[in-house]
Amino acid sequence: MKLELRGITKRFGTLVANDHINLIVEAGEIHALLGENGAGKSTLMNVLYGLYQADEGEILLDDAVQHFSGPGDAMAAGIGMVHQHFMLIPVFTVAENVMLGHEETTFGGRLDLAAARDRVREISDRFGFDVDPDALVEDLPVGVQQRVEIIKALSRDAKVLVFDEPTAVLTPQETDELMAIMRQLKDSGTSIVFITHKLREVREVADRITVIRLGKVVGEASPTASNEELASLMVGRAVDLTVDKTPATPGEPALIVTGLTVLNARGQIVVVDVSFEVATGEILAIAGVQGNGQTELTEALMGLQPRVVGQIALYGKSLRGHSVRKVLDAGVGFVPEDRTEDGLIGEFTIAENLMLDRSNREPFVKHWNLQLAYLDEFAEEKVKEFDVRSQGIGTKVGRLSGGNQQKVVLARELSRDLRLFVAAQPTRGLDVGSIEFVHERIVATRDAGTPVIVISTELDEVAALADRIMVMYRGRIVGIVPGDTPRSVLGLMMAGEVPEQGGAAA
Amino acid sequence: MSDPQVPETQAAAPSNAAPPTQTTPQQAEPPSRWHSMFREITTGSAIISVLAVVLALIAGAILIAFTNEDVQKASGYFFSRPGDTIAAIWDAVSGAYVALFQGSVYNFRRPSFGDGIKPLTETLTFATPLIAAGLGVALGFRVGLFNIGGRGQMLIAATLGGWVAFAVDLPYGIHMVAALIAGILGGAIWGGIVGLLKARTGAHEVITTIMLNYVAGYLVMYLLRDGFLKAPGSNNPKSPASKDTAIFFDLLGPEYNLHFGFVLVIAATVFTWWLLNRSNLGFQFRAVGENPNAARVAGISVKKMYVYAMLFSGGLVGLAGINQVLGTTTSGFGAGLDSGIGFDAITVALLGRSKPWGVFAAGILFGAFKAGGFSMQAAEGVPVDIVLVVQSLIVLFIAAPPLVRTIFRLPAPGSKSRRQLPNVTQEVAAK
Repeated sequence: MKLELRGITKRFGTLVANDHINLIVEAGEIHALLGENGAGKSTLMNVLYGLYQADEGEILLDDAVQHFSGPGDAMAAGIGMVHQHFMLIPVFTVAENVMLGHEETTFGGRLDLAAARDRVREISDRFGFDVDPDALVEDLPVGVQQRVEIIKALSRDAKVLVFDEPTAVLTPQETDELMAIMRQLKDSGTSIVFITHKLREVREVADRITVIRLGKVVGEASPTASNEELASLMVGRAVDLTVDKTPATPGEPALIVTGLTVLNARGQIVVVDVSFEVATGEILAIAGVQGNGQTELTEALMGLQPRVVGQIALYGKSLRGHSVRKVLDAGVGFVPEDRTEDGLIGEFTIAENLMLDRSNREPFVKHWNLQLAYLDEFAEEKVKEFDVRSQGIGTKVGRLSGGNQQKVVLARELSRDLRLFVAAQPTRGLDVGSIEFVHERIVATRDAGTPVIVISTELDEVAALADRIMVMYRGRIVGIVPGDTPRSVLGLMMAGEVPEQGGAAA
Repeated sequence: MSDPQVPETQAAAPSNAAPPTQTTPQQAEPPSRWHSMFREITTGSAIISVLAVVLALIAGAILIAFTNEDVQKASGYFFSRPGDTIAAIWDAVSGAYVALFQGSVYNFRRPSFGDGIKPLTETLTFATPLIAAGLGVALGFRVGLFNIGGRGQMLIAATLGGWVAFAVDLPYGIHMVAALIAGILGGAIWGGIVGLLKARTGAHEVITTIMLNYVAGYLVMYLLRDGFLKAPGSNNPKSPASKDTAIFFDLLGPEYNLHFGFVLVIAATVFTWWLLNRSNLGFQFRAVGENPNAARVAGISVKKMYVYAMLFSGGLVGLAGINQVLGTTTSGFGAGLDSGIGFDAITVALLGRSKPWGVFAAGILFGAFKAGGFSMQAAEGVPVDIVLVVQSLIVLFIAAPPLVRTIFRLPAPGSKSRRQLPNVTQEVAAK
């Protein structure tokens, strides 16, 4: 089915999220929609899916104008959506999830689960998905859950499938499998819209690429375009994708972690007997798919996890069992992975956020009184130094863009005397420009002799920053390898396979 | 559990929790719906408060018109002479609100200024405990705590402070300070228990404060009947009168009821303002109230802040309690001493947007309602319940800011974050 969007415009108040966007997706084509976060990709797809009504413009399927007043209409017209956050009910089985919303019933209103099961099996066999219709969704790995989403869309005879940032939660291997599925779907005549901001994936799978920036189509590109070309289209200027850094000059081991085991609130072991060292002047990247214990590991380092066994020593002093306050005071800087939830207080001003983790001592506090004059001076200086773009230091942090928010976090953490710097997902959700900035800062911190730990699920980031890479899988260390380890090896390690050379190298 | 299996279940579980990946920060998901609603209701903009009062007064006017006998009579022949009905409505409503004004601010019918201004002093007297307790509740709100234990905290404050006031002999002045401190401590302890329970066991403060209201209520009743609060030689469940050395002196002479408590409440407002906006403790309070996760990661002990906040909150409410014993009902108190102030304080705090000076203003407005309500009934025969309805409507309008915004066609604040909403409703509608 051919999909055409003509002059779609969507406004939110004064903000124009989509500005006269034209897009044509031919039948049996994978069309990538590339753009930074906030460029308007998701809004456009929500218009297509009937979740938003366009202020101007029209949607055409096979040259017939469509009017969608809700997702139900869009689905009926043959549009399916695989959401970034899966719209599945965890305690339902695959078959129940697939039939949800268009349940078929037998006599007396009983659900016709047998039909749904057959449906799942049929689609699953057609594409070689290997999905058990009776499995509970919550027991399935993320990649399989995504397949359930795809089955759900296909079971409603979707001819146009929209994938909204589908690879965000997948391992590299799962990503490759998804790519294969997308090609298969394409061969069977389905049109695919693939929304992403990851250049590598786009070039691998897309037939055509449309780049969106600030709500407008800024250009089309072919998959043969280089990363640099695509990035500069996305950002609107030339971008340096590699991080300039000199080889590390590691000194003495600064942080020594031995036999660290962490239990979560439910009593499950989430980090299993982890031991590693970080030396001064080096970046250790902890790679792994989301949810393999990295989060808990960093939280344990920071004193945020209550149930921790093992040793954590920073320059010979134990950090384990201390309060967050003590850990911070020991000179540990921390960029939490979810900045809006854990790193910043949205309703506080930039200045207030800059003193958030030093609210108990001079120079920000004297005799119980906040030193507002000093704080303003400090904030002005840091805002300039870290290039935080805002209407002033009194702006509420919640009103800043993600990149500027992250700069506020960095400014706060890096303006202390650090003896260890821990950055979890430091560039998650940031635009390319901000990523450059954050990476430069992290390397500069390393060059100043501070031991740095970077936790990232993005292989690009790991490869760009790491001097050594530690890969985690299901709470354990799969191996610690040199920073120039090939992507394919890292991918296998992230899936839990130990490389032949063994983990002790480097 | 043996560890190899454990991470298995764990690896699948976070996949549901994992999605915080890659969200556009502008659309930052609200931490939780309840949390953001709580914040919206407790700290929304001042304009909503003002408009809520206006709306409630309009609704009150409609009720006055409906319940007025003249209006009812005139509406019997509305279609032959509609003017009569309208005139009757005007008389009823304007009469009632003029009486409300004269009963609470200035009475023009009195000959001298001294007499005319008396209603205003009454308003301030009524406002005194409302402001104090309102500050306590508001402080709790700012830390994300819903202190509905005003009644219990006031009673315990009155018990301790009252006992010092009637049973201890101390020189003039010192006695008052001692009773005052005892009262504030009483409230602080009763509130602190709640903070401690929350910090140590995670017990929700709404439950514990309500239950402690009962505990305090029955405890005081027992003490009044058989315990140390019992007045010797009396069978009434009422405490002895506070000694003269302990009670608050009158501010404007014996003709007026206004007493030293009002000055204390001004001081309490200044203190609360300083605490919240200028002290580092208040900074940590607000951080915990806005985003406890970020506060914790920034090294602020959330649990300690809960305890401290409940101590201060209870202490301020305690000030309201001791104010009753040393200022308003100095002749001895019963178990009904709080007279609903502990709950009105919630309204006052909401109307004042949990900001100290906002609470001060809201407290005076509610004091005016109390003072004026009686004269409205006396002068115009308007039932005093109308005032209660107006007060309740104010809360209702404040709790539903979108309603007020719709009526007055105000733009929604931070329309960006509201973008999520149509999404949800339409999706539901489609299914």
